[in-house]
Amino acid sequence: MAIDYNMLEWARAQFAMTAIFHFFFVPFTLGMSFMVAFFETIYVKTGKQEWKQITQFWQLLFGINFAIGLSTGIIHEFEFGTNWSTYSWVVGDLFGAPLAVEGVIAFFMEATFAAIAFFGWKRVSKGVHLMSSWLLAAGSNLSALWILIANGFMQHPTSAFYTFNIDTARLELTDFLSLILQPVAQVKFLHVVTASYTMAAVFVLGVSSLYLLKGKYTEFAKKSATVAAAFGLIASIAVAVIGDDHAYEVANTQPTKIAALEGLVVGQKAAPIVAVGLPKTLSIDEIKNAKEGDGFSFEIAIPGLLSILGKRDPNAFVPGLKDLINGNDEYGIWSWNKLVATGKEAIDDLKAYHAAKAAGDKAAMERINAHFHEVVANVDGTKVERAELMGYGYFSELPNNGVASAFPPVLPSFISFHLMVAFGFWFILLFVLAYLGVTKGTYWTNKGLQKAALLSIPLPWIAISFGWMSAEIGRQPWTVFGVLPTFKSATPLDLVNVQATFFMFLVAFVVLGIAELKMLFTVVKNGPKGAH
Amino acid sequence: MEKFSGITGTLTTTDPATMLLLQEYWWIIVAVLGGLFVLMTFVQGGQSLLHTANDEMEERAMINSLGRKWELTFTTLVMFGGALYAAFPLFYSVSFGGAYWVWMLILFGFVLQAVSYEYINNPNNLIGKGAYKAFLYFNGIITMILVGAAVGTFFTGSNFTFDSATRILQWGTAPDGMNLRGLEAALDFSHGAWFNIAFGVLIFAIARLLGALWLINDIDNNEFADLIARIRANAKRCFVVFLIALVVVLYGLVTLNGYAYDIHTGVVTHEAGKYLHNLLAGYGIQLIVFLIGAVLFLLGIFKSIFGTANDGIKLSGLGAVLIGIIVFTLAGLNGTPFYPSYADLQSSLTIQNSSGSENTLWVMTGVSLAVPFVLGYIAYVWYQMKKDGPITKEELEDPESHAY
Repeated sequence: MAIDYNMLEWARAQFAMTAIFHFFFVPFTLGMSFMVAFFETIYVKTGKQEWKQITQFWQLLFGINFAIGLSTGIIHEFEFGTNWSTYSWVVGDLFGAPLAVEGVIAFFMEATFAAIAFFGWKRVSKGVHLMSSWLLAAGSNLSALWILIANGFMQHPTSAFYTFNIDTARLELTDFLSLILQPVAQVKFLHVVTASYTMAAVFVLGVSSLYLLKGKYTEFAKKSATVAAAFGLIASIAVAVIGDDHAYEVANTQPTKIAALEGLVVGQKAAPIVAVGLPKTLSIDEIKNAKEGDGFSFEIAIPGLLSILGKRDPNAFVPGLKDLINGNDEYGIWSWNKLVATGKEAIDDLKAYHAAKAAGDKAAMERINAHFHEVVANVDGTKVERAELMGYGYFSELPNNGVASAFPPVLPSFISFHLMVAFGFWFILLFVLAYLGVTKGTYWTNKGLQKAALLSIPLPWIAISFGWMSAEIGRQPWTVFGVLPTFKSATPLDLVNVQATFFMFLVAFVVLGIAELKMLFTVVKNGPKGAH
Repeated sequence: MEKFSGITGTLTTTDPATMLLLQEYWWIIVAVLGGLFVLMTFVQGGQSLLHTANDEMEERAMINSLGRKWELTFTTLVMFGGALYAAFPLFYSVSFGGAYWVWMLILFGFVLQAVSYEYINNPNNLIGKGAYKAFLYFNGIITMILVGAAVGTFFTGSNFTFDSATRILQWGTAPDGMNLRGLEAALDFSHGAWFNIAFGVLIFAIARLLGALWLINDIDNNEFADLIARIRANAKRCFVVFLIALVVVLYGLVTLNGYAYDIHTGVVTHEAGKYLHNLLAGYGIQLIVFLIGAVLFLLGIFKSIFGTANDGIKLSGLGAVLIGIIVFTLAGLNGTPFYPSYADLQSSLTIQNSSGSENTLWVMTGVSLAVPFVLGYIAYVWYQMKKDGPITKEELEDPESHAY
């Protein structure tokens, strides 16, 4: 069936739009749920009413955000079916299970204990209420774990937990434990949640700083800022440390992604990281014939850093886009054309198998199945079957550009990734200064730092969105990296259906998002005295 | 057939009987979640009754009563979707991708509902209280009818062709059928739209009756005596609608040219009175459970809608769960394709041809052991929140109660 590229781009835009909206609210929920639990713990321990007031103020902000987080979340679960039905069928056997577990383990915990946390102040004991606040935080964060296990599979599917079943023509789960414990998912989870904690800490520090600058609610602000500075310092450092591990995983599992994120066109030993630069948008032919230095209009590079980041060795070779397209025999890298040709063989096997099955030719079925699952490569000790490369075969009849390009678009990947990293370093600096200021007592009079904290409030949202874009744009042209191309994943729909639902949700989310911001601003403006 | 199995990934042989047992187990889990969802639609039903409030305090009592439970309904729906995705991914793919507009509109209703409780009484909510109230009505009325119509297609069929070899889905392939990406379920009367609409109205009426019962139980009957009386009066009228829709649906279930398939060959055929046969199959257990559910449901209504007791929700709620379970078991067990196609009988989805792999079903079976624990803490929290009595004016006026 012919692919409607226009519809595909709209379907991608719809998913990206709903994901960005969802990801605007959820990390705040993940972080704020813990902040609120911290404040309430101090209240229960000390029994002081001011800590109760602090808890309820931040909980009010949390609650406004929590609702829209759920609102923008439900569409996602079902969007996999409505707009990405081929994806859901081909990988649903692996992808559905973590989503179902997320529901059983995390969502019910979150929804159930949210009722006590919000409405139970007068109806349950202090202890039960505190437990509920912690369980609400745990439930929120557990849901992030399960969705990122599902996402980890999309980033790095391995034969450790799936096999391609030629009979059902889909991926099937072989080892659930391996799926859960995949390093890519674990490190991704830790990176996302620590980034979320940083976001909440920046928010609390920033709003507290606003009150300090205005000279209002000073005691409230000091207490809130103290907790935020300590939490933020730990969280922001953790983001960077885990982010480094995350980049290492990406470099070793998604070479096209790391090459795009770093704008590395020609692979090299002691590969540099371009700290500041503007990548060129090169055609496929320009990349095939590129020389070192062709990738950027201008650059300020740090030699060897990418090799350290990606391979933990300053002299290690890191492949660039050219190596990943042309192949590089010295380092055992297959060319794109070889991958596509091998994938095409697997597609032919699949067709031949079903023809043999229809004809009842069991001998042929067995022979074809053996060829389908034949080991064609050995990558660092991991055997790769022909079946695992089938996804590449679908590129055989397509031009190597746009959605069918062999690698993700470099410019947005590079910019989003580098800005995310830059913001990450700023948060560390901010929290180091804030923590020192809070512990020495200088923060309360340091107007410059207070202003910096206030102005930093929107930055975690920008940073975390860039992080998400790096991860998801960097995964292109695949929905499941190396296995299922994006252009083979969508539901065959007439364009008008996708456009109509795109605008339906866009309008709803924009309106509700503005409403949310207006309510948040009003609560902040009214201050803790106005919080119920 | 040789396959991988177990979380260790060891090779085992798939036993067709074991596989069928797992598929049946998972269909029953889906049915239980469906039954629980029917119970939890009391939130939507309650939303549809907001017009019975005569002043702001009455409306706030209703919104706060329902607003403490909406997330559980929402989560049950998400869980229902997750279970279907994991256990029957082909259904997820075909139905959601095919009947696109029905599901999108259902989702849209829940998207709007999710913010409405938190935002409706906030003076800075941008679009005004009326807009959020409209969202709650939309979710309480239109969404419920759409959910019912979607479930109706489990009996009347849908307009699709699915090629099991190429895995290509085509929607709207019946030469005599409409193709409105799912909306034909309510418009194509030559393919059972009357039944689907009746099913939608029935689900709406059940939700509204449950909503009335919930509000009668959860709001202080003395302080809000007038409101409770108006809710009862409305529910009595709704009961008439319920009875009419019920008669139409039962008539349809008995007379529809149902769908059946051979569990060994997978061949799908039409079978007159199939759903009645299913009800009577297996020593009539489903019939007994259905009757118990129906009696409990009616008893609760007579107790609290026509009578003056305020705990009818307990009986009717349990009854609704049992009825919901039986609706799904009738649709999917005993050699019945639960998502039939009237465009091409052999494209119909059964629990056997649409399920996940044996390994996934085993894993999910392990996960399902957590469900009683989840139900346990939900019950604990409900008890904690209800033990001090119903919602009162004092609580709504207390600035520390986080009341909406």
